[in-house]
Amino acid sequence: MLMDTADETLGLAAAQGDRAAFATLVARHYDRIHGLAWRLTGSKAEAEDLTQDICAALPAKLRGWRAEARFTTWLYRVVVNAAHDLRRRQATRARAAQGWGDWEIARQDEIATQAEALDWLTVSMRRLSPELRDTVALVLGEEMTQAEAGAVLGVSEGTIAWRMSEVKKRLKAMAAEEAK
Amino acid sequence: MSDDLDLKALKAALRAAPAADPQAREAALKLAMENFDRLQGSTAPSRSSQDRPQRAGFLNGVLSMLNFLTSRPALAASTSVAALVIGVAVILPATRNNTPPVAPKTEAPTAPVPVPAPAGTAAAPAEDDARLAAPAPDQPAEPSADAAPAVEAPAGADAAAVVAEAEADLGSGGQPRVRKERAADGIMAEEAGAPYLAAPAAAPAPVPDIQPLPLPDTEEYSTAEANPVKITAEEPVSTFSTDVDTASYAIVRSTLNMGMLPTPEQVRVEEMVNYFPYAYPVPEPGQAFRTTVSVMPTPWNEGTRLVTIGLQGALPETEARPPLNLVFLIDTSGSMEDPNKLGLLKQSLALMLPELRPEDEISIVTYAGSAGQVLPPTKAADRDAILAALDNLTAGGSTAGAEGLELAYQVAKGMQAEGEVSRILLATDGDFNVGVSDPEGLTAYVAKKRAQDGVYLSVLGFGRGNLDDATMQALAQNGNGQAAYIDTLSEARKVLVDQLTGALFAIAEDVKVQVEWNPAQVAEYRLIGYETRALKREDFNNDKVDAGEIGAGLQVTAIYEVTAPGSDALLNDPLRYGAAPAGPTEGELGFLRLRWKAPGAEDSQLIETPITGQEPATDEARFAAAVAGFGQLLQGSVYLGDWGWDQAVELALSARGEDPYGYRIEAVNLMRLAATLDR
Repeated sequence: MLMDTADETLGLAAAQGDRAAFATLVARHYDRIHGLAWRLTGSKAEAEDLTQDICAALPAKLRGWRAEARFTTWLYRVVVNAAHDLRRRQATRARAAQGWGDWEIARQDEIATQAEALDWLTVSMRRLSPELRDTVALVLGEEMTQAEAGAVLGVSEGTIAWRMSEVKKRLKAMAAEEAK
Repeated sequence: MSDDLDLKALKAALRAAPAADPQAREAALKLAMENFDRLQGSTAPSRSSQDRPQRAGFLNGVLSMLNFLTSRPALAASTSVAALVIGVAVILPATRNNTPPVAPKTEAPTAPVPVPAPAGTAAAPAEDDARLAAPAPDQPAEPSADAAPAVEAPAGADAAAVVAEAEADLGSGGQPRVRKERAADGIMAEEAGAPYLAAPAAAPAPVPDIQPLPLPDTEEYSTAEANPVKITAEEPVSTFSTDVDTASYAIVRSTLNMGMLPTPEQVRVEEMVNYFPYAYPVPEPGQAFRTTVSVMPTPWNEGTRLVTIGLQGALPETEARPPLNLVFLIDTSGSMEDPNKLGLLKQSLALMLPELRPEDEISIVTYAGSAGQVLPPTKAADRDAILAALDNLTAGGSTAGAEGLELAYQVAKGMQAEGEVSRILLATDGDFNVGVSDPEGLTAYVAKKRAQDGVYLSVLGFGRGNLDDATMQALAQNGNGQAAYIDTLSEARKVLVDQLTGALFAIAEDVKVQVEWNPAQVAEYRLIGYETRALKREDFNNDKVDAGEIGAGLQVTAIYEVTAPGSDALLNDPLRYGAAPAGPTEGELGFLRLRWKAPGAEDSQLIETPITGQEPATDEARFAAAVAGFGQLLQGSVYLGDWGWDQAVELALSARGEDPYGYRIEAVNLMRLAATLDR
């Protein structure tokens, strides 16, 4: 019976401490979280870790949920924010560790070499800026409308439209480069 | 067509997400349920994600950072408060130092505190070390032997190495627990963190001036693409409204100080340029303001020139200014509970009080849950009563902005008397849930009140995390006020003390600038910044169209980059079938028109000045150019060529001028910081 209940209803019940509602909700959305996490990070291992972190944090996060948006919109936002945090930590970490020096250059070279071996998707995604990557993951990967993606990313619909046109431009440039 | 194919390919690849590993799924779901149960058992009250104490945020940030580096959690480990407390002991020295975790200072080496091995540590600490050692952020470190050598390389940076060491100590000792703890309190730091964080909160940790990045980032910025290069023959007239906001510069500063480059949408070049006071010649007596035009070679492009237009507002004698009615509309929602928000706000307003005259009146209205008038209109002379009311403000409850705004306007109207100026100062962290839920409705309301009652509205932004810059800017623009972002007490002093008169008294309203370029002299032009302030050409003469104002004694600066016909720097080829440029081929670069209204007036006045191209450049114009270059570097502008950080620093330093308050040298240092971060 719970299986048919709307996300929002389950969410409110879970926020009030309904264990079964919470269990249904997490099980229902695990694959969704994992899918988006994979699209945002581009790595299976990272996606798994990120998904687990999100699952672990969900009970606490859910308490602050007031059903102001659709549950999935809210959940997507949680995932995107978690991915941003991850990126930030990685960036901070890299900056703290690199000593502004040769090590970072060597690392970038290494990444470049590895990238050759990676598949087209990874290469393409890596060459997009984080904002564009997020946008692509939501609009193409999750098949959201531009308005929905805008709601998740906290930017206007126009910004999403602009970003998608940027993505097109980049892809075109990449294709042209490959053709050389 | 082909790009659609590219998109389709990308979409197909993205849709083909690998199936989740069933074991990982099971583990994650189990962890979720455990945390759910634990949370039900705990007595932590529910709180929104924004209102956690800053120190908790700091610790969570550090823990998150530590934890990311750890292996997949050893789920079997039980929670242990002790492990976390050790973590605190290790980390706090950095906090005392007011230092973000990114750049530990020398006290950090206290880090290797012996960690009493808690039960269960035996679980492969060696592997943990290996994982910790591999900082390669693009590959999630696999526990492999390859990862180990990586730790050697960064060792050159001793500060960084110290951190790594500290983390390694922590990681090998308490790691599985910390991970577990953190799982409980959530990636983005939730209420579950409270019970565990009780211990660290008790430790005396002064508020760091620079806080680590708040994790849930729901900030909104008004964005617009940078103005493109325009061809004079096609579009000879450029029209915009003046802008006195300075929020963008303060946001850029605070972001850089957090150790990150701002995103392009956080940068509004005109607000950065207008942040600085410029020593333009003062207006003739009786004039509201004076324009100063200067022309100089563009620092970043040999083939173009910069035309700087400076407007200097008159500074009426302070004694002559009309009495002032101020309504502080203060956001006391839960998210304001932060020394950098409500705390800083109280200090800022207290700083402002001595600047007011005894007959000025102040009232305080708060909004949160229920809106209320905390202080009835009180003469500024009664400073004790005002300070006491400020002191008593506490944060709590959710935001109900609309009621507060209505009440503030009501109070302001009640205070209004003949010949007095009324202004609402809205202080918020941006969590402006206004009831009038659409921003258009809100801005329309503010504009209506300004027109009806003559009450102005300025917005002061505090804190980061959910700063709604877009709404702030829209409100201030429609309320004919200033939007300023206050991140430090010295910024509060600049906005509320040094420039108080300018911030509170407009001397000219609806100031519109229109420049008509002479195609014989200027083939292409580009307005730097002012994207969100563009006006239609016909709006210039339409007095019904609202525009920005100029405060007493303040300056507004706008910069054009212009390219002469035949220059190598032209970006567009001349049209083969285009008409030959009409008009005089000699002489003027262009013609500057300004429209403005005296405060409260219906009809505008027109000022016209030719731009001859002979106007000499001053240090003021050169510094403005350096700041414009700084802003464009941050935006990743395509117009700068090879011109980079070093050149910006050099130009700013050479044009530093008198700089009595040190604003300009601060900008130079921010440029240096950005240069380092941009590597």
